[in-house]
Amino acid sequence: MSEPSSKVATTVYVPRDSTAISLGADEVAAAIAAEAQRRGLGVRIVRTSSRGLFWLEPLVEVAGAEVQGAGGARLGYGPVTPADVPGLFEAGFHRGGAHALALGKVEAIPFLARQERLTFARAGITDPVSLSDYEAHGGLRGLRRALGMAPAAVVEEVVASGLRGRGGAGFPTGIKWRTVAAAQAPRKYVVVNADEGDSGTYSDRMVMEGDPFVLLEGMAIAGWATGASYGYIYLRSEYPDAKRVLEEALAVLRKTGWYGTNIQGSGFAFDAEVRVGAGAYICGEETALLESLEGKRGMIRYKPPLPAIKGLFGLPTVVNNVVSLASVPIVLDRGGKYHADYGMGRSRGTLPIQLAGNVKRAGLVEKAFGVTLRTLIEDYGGGTRSGRPVRAVQVGGPLGAYFDQSLLDLPLDYEALAQHKGMVGHGGIVVFDDTVDMAEQARYAMEFCAVESCGKCTPCRIGSTRGEELIRRIIAGQDVAANHRQLLALCDVMEHASLCALGGMAPWPVLSALKYFPGDFGLPASKEPAHVV
Amino acid sequence: MWSELRRLRDDVDYGTPPRDGAPVSLTVDGVPVTVPAGSSVMLAATSCRKSVPKLCATDTLEAFGSCRVCLVEIEGRRGFPAACTTPVEAGMVVRTQSPRLQELRKGVMELYLSDFPASEVPGGWSELHEVMAATGVTTSPYPTGQNHLDAPVDESNPYFLFDPAKCIVCSRCVRACEEVQGTFALTVAGRGFQSKIVASQGERFLDSECVSCGACVQACPTHSLVEKSLFEGGYHRAQPPQA
Repeated sequence: MSEPSSKVATTVYVPRDSTAISLGADEVAAAIAAEAQRRGLGVRIVRTSSRGLFWLEPLVEVAGAEVQGAGGARLGYGPVTPADVPGLFEAGFHRGGAHALALGKVEAIPFLARQERLTFARAGITDPVSLSDYEAHGGLRGLRRALGMAPAAVVEEVVASGLRGRGGAGFPTGIKWRTVAAAQAPRKYVVVNADEGDSGTYSDRMVMEGDPFVLLEGMAIAGWATGASYGYIYLRSEYPDAKRVLEEALAVLRKTGWYGTNIQGSGFAFDAEVRVGAGAYICGEETALLESLEGKRGMIRYKPPLPAIKGLFGLPTVVNNVVSLASVPIVLDRGGKYHADYGMGRSRGTLPIQLAGNVKRAGLVEKAFGVTLRTLIEDYGGGTRSGRPVRAVQVGGPLGAYFDQSLLDLPLDYEALAQHKGMVGHGGIVVFDDTVDMAEQARYAMEFCAVESCGKCTPCRIGSTRGEELIRRIIAGQDVAANHRQLLALCDVMEHASLCALGGMAPWPVLSALKYFPGDFGLPASKEPAHVV
Repeated sequence: MWSELRRLRDDVDYGTPPRDGAPVSLTVDGVPVTVPAGSSVMLAATSCRKSVPKLCATDTLEAFGSCRVCLVEIEGRRGFPAACTTPVEAGMVVRTQSPRLQELRKGVMELYLSDFPASEVPGGWSELHEVMAATGVTTSPYPTGQNHLDAPVDESNPYFLFDPAKCIVCSRCVRACEEVQGTFALTVAGRGFQSKIVASQGERFLDSECVSCGACVQACPTHSLVEKSLFEGGYHRAQPPQA
């Protein structure tokens, strides 16, 4: 803006997250700047991360001394289009003026107010690449504390937090770190699995685009704790904005001495780089990811040896998901117990749940484990966008089971969902209304596996294609009973004989669709379909 | 000399290469066996004459774990670990035969046969045929679907040919080219069902970096890569029997 900042009375916040941008946030920001200039108003525009309230994007927020009735809080307006901007100024939105799009205090919006945002504490609030903004909102406290502790104590803090891998497998992060820390090797690595490929998921992207420092801080803590000195962020090619933001943030950290050869004079050396994948879902599996990072064809390695012992270039490697590492700084800042006090059973802490599909209010819900699917879909999501009844939900990505209404009261908990052959996965929930054809969804599950199979093991390589063919025949009404029988036998072989979880779990959505929605396949309802617990 | 160096009989394929760790004792189908640490369950089983079916494994190449017919049961472990990629542990109790294992191996073999020329099943003598005999699977229950049965044969090399219709993409040829010969002429192109063995950048064998060493032909368990001299009067795929 042309006016000096001392005269700026109002700050207008517009997200730069790619969801917001795809909904017109850049155009809205430009329209606000132009309109403010036209009116000679001193308005400062800050591009922030997104709150994750996607049905309100572009969500414009205002704060400042002149903003009325906010008590210092930010007031929201959304979803804003460029055409709304002159009217917003007319209504005096930059002073908190009333308008049809006014949402009041953003943090009082029930969807947000009832969340427990630990990992996403800064979402929608800060400028992603401003380190001072990051520090002003609790950033770097975890790394500062960690560097004052013995590495082994840092590992134990993470063990005590109960944090489990947020990528999907749910393996205890601290135990993994312990293994890497104990391994003797001339070099060790921290590898971030940022190949977020599950359908309906976007929490990794939101971290990387919106709060890159928290990931980079978590990586440095992991490096200190395990004796690793270099990190790689393996980023899916579909996230170009995340790459730009991460690289900008890395440059800031190097310049300020938080990354580099002697971090804040501690003698600890750590640096990292972003590596972009080539569009393979399977490279989100940690061993295929490591192969790809090494420049090879992205194929599964058998285990053992575990990557923690023999990982990247044959050296001990921490491979953690983005959200797992982004959850570490607050664990170090507030202590493992603080994190462990959230959640239920063996699922500790909070999970950034991503609501998607046919849902009225799609977006990010960070809640302690234990919240039920029904609460998430009905209270947070507001039911279906179509207004029709919910018929099925898929939890945990394309390999997750389909649940019907009868299972919506299950709590989000690794063990509770596993009992019903479901999974928390990466925390994605995709909602379907009563117009969904579950036989088609089952066919799609096999097709997905066929398209994404690395081609190494036979059950997945050939089985997924045969599975898709069988379901296609069942849908067409050809030899339904025989093809159904063969499909069950195939699912059994894929589940128990595949090399990795892609082939091993692709039958789950198929078997659950058969179990809960047999009519969609032209099959009679059965109380106990084979192979389904 | 080879067998002395490896301390293994050279007329037996142990499935995975020998190791030289400290002795580890375990039982396979109730038979006690002691092998060096680092050895695979498959090598231990073979050492005590328990045969586990295998296709992608051979003792001149490192374990790969792709063919999934060597699944076994190990007491105290979930699921069905592959014998070739599972290292032995002291006191391990391994079972190589059970109705459940039979069922899974049959299921895997049926998948192989769903993309293998039925006309090549009778009369063959490859390792794949041996495993068909061992598992009792010679037909596929799958309706005709996508397949590689019409893929063109590469006869460019003067000594051997490659018939992709008989290929099970076990990668033994690729690994032999790398590990035995160090030529790196072969690779797998495509993914999933489209995965196929190619020479160099999808060239004919003769035009590729292949040096005609024959390591891939020796490694192939299906006679997909096979010496031309075996076929008098030229190579022809067996014709389907007339109905």
